[in-house]
Amino acid sequence: MDLILPDFGLLFWTALVFCCLLFVLTKFIWKPILSAVNAREQKITEALELADKTRAEMQALQAENDKILKEARAERDNILKEAKEAGNTMIEAAKSKSKLEADKIVEAARLSINSEKAAAMEELKNHIATLSLEIAEKVVRGELASDEKQKALADKFAGDINMN
Amino acid sequence: MMRSNLFKIVALVIVTMLNFSYSFAEKNEVKKEKEFNVGEMIMHHIKDAHEWHLFGPEHGGTSIYLPVILIDNGLKVFSSSNFYHGAKDSVLDETSKEYIYFNKGKGAAKDYALCHEKIYKLEEGKLHFKEGHPHNAKPLDFSITKNVLSLFMGTFLTLIILLSVVRFYKKNGAVAPKGVAKFLEPIIIMVRDDIAKANIDHHKYQKYVPYLLTIFFFIWFNNMLGLIPFLPGGANLTGNITVTFFLAFCTLIVTVFSGNKNYWGHIFWMPGVPVPMKFFMMPIELIGIITKPFALMIRLFANITAGHIIVLALISIIFINKNVAWGGLSVPMALFISVLELLVAFLQAFLFAMLSSLFIGAAVEEAHH
Repeated sequence: MDLILPDFGLLFWTALVFCCLLFVLTKFIWKPILSAVNAREQKITEALELADKTRAEMQALQAENDKILKEARAERDNILKEAKEAGNTMIEAAKSKSKLEADKIVEAARLSINSEKAAAMEELKNHIATLSLEIAEKVVRGELASDEKQKALADKFAGDINMN
Repeated sequence: MMRSNLFKIVALVIVTMLNFSYSFAEKNEVKKEKEFNVGEMIMHHIKDAHEWHLFGPEHGGTSIYLPVILIDNGLKVFSSSNFYHGAKDSVLDETSKEYIYFNKGKGAAKDYALCHEKIYKLEEGKLHFKEGHPHNAKPLDFSITKNVLSLFMGTFLTLIILLSVVRFYKKNGAVAPKGVAKFLEPIIIMVRDDIAKANIDHHKYQKYVPYLLTIFFFIWFNNMLGLIPFLPGGANLTGNITVTFFLAFCTLIVTVFSGNKNYWGHIFWMPGVPVPMKFFMMPIELIGIITKPFALMIRLFANITAGHIIVLALISIIFINKNVAWGGLSVPMALFISVLELLVAFLQAFLFAMLSSLFIGAAVEEAHH
């Protein structure tokens, strides 16, 4: 029966010791431990927040970089395009100019060829004329080499005249 | 394969031991010793005492005699050896027909007698029994009993361990814990977050954390100290109804003094029920104030005492059979129960703190209709 009956002496000592323990632990143990743990938790929370903030900043920076890069790329493309166009126009201009020049040269060559040809023709004509005369002379000389021939010829001419 | 072989070997060893012990028990029956009474031994252990028995037989073994402090016409302090080494006497109980033994004090204790570890005043050198109990007057007994000494040692141990934790934080500041701090910090955090914060309003829980931590560590450390079978431990402190009564009483006081308007409103005038029911609910709720801590008191007392009884009963198997070979059976079983008791030691401390927190939480809860 006395197993389940409280004992006054033990109750007194338990109350005394427990109250002292509660006081001492609260003041010297739990407060410092909990404040240290809280401080650490605060520190960790702050560190995590800072990390999040830094990450956000990094992301913003990255976005900015990307934007700048994109712009730069666009600008480069633009410049390249313009350069290409300029090049093309220059090439076109050069082409047309060179064609013109070539045409001119060809024209000049043709003119010169024609004139040369004409000159050569003239010379050939003259030469032929001279040759013809010489041949004629030689033929005439041959025809008039003997009297009979002269007479035959004269006859022939005379015959031709007569027939007329 | 390995396991089944092992099992066979263990079974063989146990069977051999049982045969062996049986033959020994037969031989021992020739001696007619005083019968070993398991129930008496166990009850003796789980109750408080004025001596700390170390080893040897119950009477005449080696004990530490603890100081007896009485208030009876002034303060009287003397050693309990004045009882244990005093004159032994016995009275035949009329109802149970059994002898009740008691010790009459000598020297400074000559006016007192010790019967079942309770101190009575002698009337003309005699104890008067009625229905198996002395009904002599009792002096106010503030003795440093076994449980009181265990309480001191438990408190000392708690302080030593926790001071080493606090020293770590003071020295290193807010860094990751190491050593004892590393082991105890998760438990402290568990009490703060899972016990206090989870059950008590978020704005008010901080006030109760030191109380819950103290009650948790007090119960846990003393539970574990009770599991150690020799000197720093072995007393059945947290399995003593007086101690659990006081702890439960503290929770009752904290709950009652924390109770806000909403809490008392729920007790005296339950909202949301018809008026006749309100009258009906009032006494039930009033009794509920007491029954909740009462359950705390009984739960801790019964769990810890039961653990001590089981371990002692299992060890007693050896002494009942008067053969050490029975240790092959009783020691593994006692070991198993002891390991289980380590879990129970933690669990009961956790439950006590948890339920205290729940009651406080209910007392400080704001109306949210």
